[in-house]
Amino acid sequence: MTGSSRPRHLLDFHGWTPERLTALLDNADTMAQVLDRPVKKVPALQGLTVCTAFFENSTRTRVSFELAARRMSADVVSFAAGASSLSKGESLRDTVEVLTAYKVDAYVVRHHAAGAAHLVARYSGKPVINAGDGRRAHPTQALLDAYTIRQEFGTLEGKTVAIIGDVRHSRVARSNAELLPKLGARVVLCGPATLLPADLAALPGVTLTTDPREAVRGAHAVMALRLQQERMNAGYLASLQEYADHYQVNERLMREAESGAIALHPGPMNRDLEISSDVADGPRSRIVQQVENGQAVRMSVLYHLLVGRE
Amino acid sequence: MTQLTITNIKRPGSDQLESVTVENGVIRGWNLGDLGDVIDGRGGTVAPALIELHAHLREPGQTEKEDLASGLAAAAAGGYGTVVSMPNTSPVVDDPAIVRALIEKAEGLGFARLRPAAALTKGQKGEHLAELAFLKEAGAAMFTDDGRTNENARVLRLGLEYARSLGMVVSVHAEDASLRADGVMNEGPVSEELGLPGNPAAAEAARVARDLEIVAQTGARLHVQHLSTARALDLMREAKRRGLPVTCEVCPHHLTLTDETLRSFDALYKVAPPLRTQTDADHLLEGLLDGTVDCLATDHAPHTRAEKERDLLEAPFGIASIELAFPLMWTRLGERLGLEKLLDLMTAAPARVMGWPEPTLEEGAPADLVVLDLETEREVNPAEFRSKAKFSPWAGEWLRGWPLLTVVGGKVAFRREGEGVE
Repeated sequence: MTGSSRPRHLLDFHGWTPERLTALLDNADTMAQVLDRPVKKVPALQGLTVCTAFFENSTRTRVSFELAARRMSADVVSFAAGASSLSKGESLRDTVEVLTAYKVDAYVVRHHAAGAAHLVARYSGKPVINAGDGRRAHPTQALLDAYTIRQEFGTLEGKTVAIIGDVRHSRVARSNAELLPKLGARVVLCGPATLLPADLAALPGVTLTTDPREAVRGAHAVMALRLQQERMNAGYLASLQEYADHYQVNERLMREAESGAIALHPGPMNRDLEISSDVADGPRSRIVQQVENGQAVRMSVLYHLLVGRE
Repeated sequence: MTQLTITNIKRPGSDQLESVTVENGVIRGWNLGDLGDVIDGRGGTVAPALIELHAHLREPGQTEKEDLASGLAAAAAGGYGTVVSMPNTSPVVDDPAIVRALIEKAEGLGFARLRPAAALTKGQKGEHLAELAFLKEAGAAMFTDDGRTNENARVLRLGLEYARSLGMVVSVHAEDASLRADGVMNEGPVSEELGLPGNPAAAEAARVARDLEIVAQTGARLHVQHLSTARALDLMREAKRRGLPVTCEVCPHHLTLTDETLRSFDALYKVAPPLRTQTDADHLLEGLLDGTVDCLATDHAPHTRAEKERDLLEAPFGIASIELAFPLMWTRLGERLGLEKLLDLMTAAPARVMGWPEPTLEEGAPADLVVLDLETEREVNPAEFRSKAKFSPWAGEWLRGWPLLTVVGGKVAFRREGEGVE
């Protein structure tokens, strides 16, 4: 994909130029205005059908995408793998080919395996938005994070974003680490060594540290990642208490950050584990705004991929 | 008496066109005239048929992936005269009756010759030794628990000691299962970027190091399968320097593909041990050149298309490659290795690993021959594969070195029609 060509999918940020990403965020401003109207609906996607294909459970992301599509007048069909033939051994390719035969115009895909959204794109031939694939990517989450930070500071240029927690298993961390440096920000990934793969240091614009104080020093945004409690049983952590003591995003830690720093969380939160309630509910928190911005950003993505194409 | 003469062929390193006559399964002589049936070798290069030490033929029990007929036909089409099959079938080849049944069935097919490997432990569970002496008597070629990685070091030690007393080779899939964990590709910057669980190089090196220590203790013959990392190769080099009775193989896919291919998220490239880095591939090639690596083996591991069209976490490990291993190696690495070395790695070297007589083209030698077209480029078209796995990482590539004719036991096991040298 060349720098100037328009990406057909949003699988990750490969092939997306900073200019196009900025245009996408600018367009989300317009979408946010739609959401402020009494009648929150525009006809932009009328006649088009969007399929939310969720091979992994998720309510929040699916609702956000479905509302985004419906507010733009698209028809929405949703597919959940639990009730599908996948459990009978049908290949991903077979499933996608059947859905495509129903004349779906675009897919929103959530899957437990990294790369599954790429396969849907290959087999369907239709625009695909990755709504989270394994540990790989969750690009609309990263876009809404970027949008929220930009809303606060006007720009991402020169900003530092600290992302703290289970980086190893986090698609949110990977997508942010890919997106934010493209928009001029610096990303510091932080977590216990067992949850912080050293090889991620190879990503441009990304640094790693196991010290949360070092991570947040000079940070404009501090993002806590959700900790799956089963990581303890898998041996990545000695105890949740030890983790919370060392890596929780709380007021004490936030004081080390820039004075106007904001706190983010991709949700759903384990309150008082990876983030303290006083931060989650406090004046620095932009967690509710993240959720709200998610819908505008997803509308912008759908518009970008589906409107104005042949 | 069966007699066959192959005309218009060249011996490796010679431009002279000759003919060879085979009779009753052995080479009767060179340039004796058109005796018996005559096949035009079209100017190809003749060599002893290739020997494969590591193929999964999936029979019994998984014949939707491959069976003896499709697998041995594929092997013959790839120029192989002898194939050692892996015992990880369903049921596992841990019973002398299964070994006998496989050999008997393969003999009637008329493709490549089958030498089944048997499991080292019952059910390949790594707990109790299989009846190794009975298995040897039934015709088992070697013992291996293959993809089940012999986690119990004591059982491996006992197996090696027992196999030693029988004069048999034990081969191992050297990966520490606890370090490999749920890894589906090489652990490194690419796996982290792609968010796929990684399998660290240390999983292979740690296991090779352990197994070499057991060899040093027992003095038994150990063959390490499909080495993939530079570090494990260094350990083998050191072990050979110490004089340990160990051998190892590498596979064409580990020499010609890297973890970068997984950026496609295509499960075609999911293989165990995983495709590593270019540095690893370069070291493996060096190992071939300096003799640390004893031979080439394909680890031909066919699966159904539906299985390989699953996502990378769900899809099974394995690449099917027996039909194009020689063309792939000749096209990609022929210049570095040279024809003589490459042929040795795929014919005499595997025989040496097994303690079998080295194949030759001399009068009186078994008539297992292949005629290779070293010049004509042909596109890899998986639809034409004899294997049931009609897909390939190399589909669409243009390769040279395709077998024109494979003769096993004096009989034609494969013949490629159409264009070719001349």
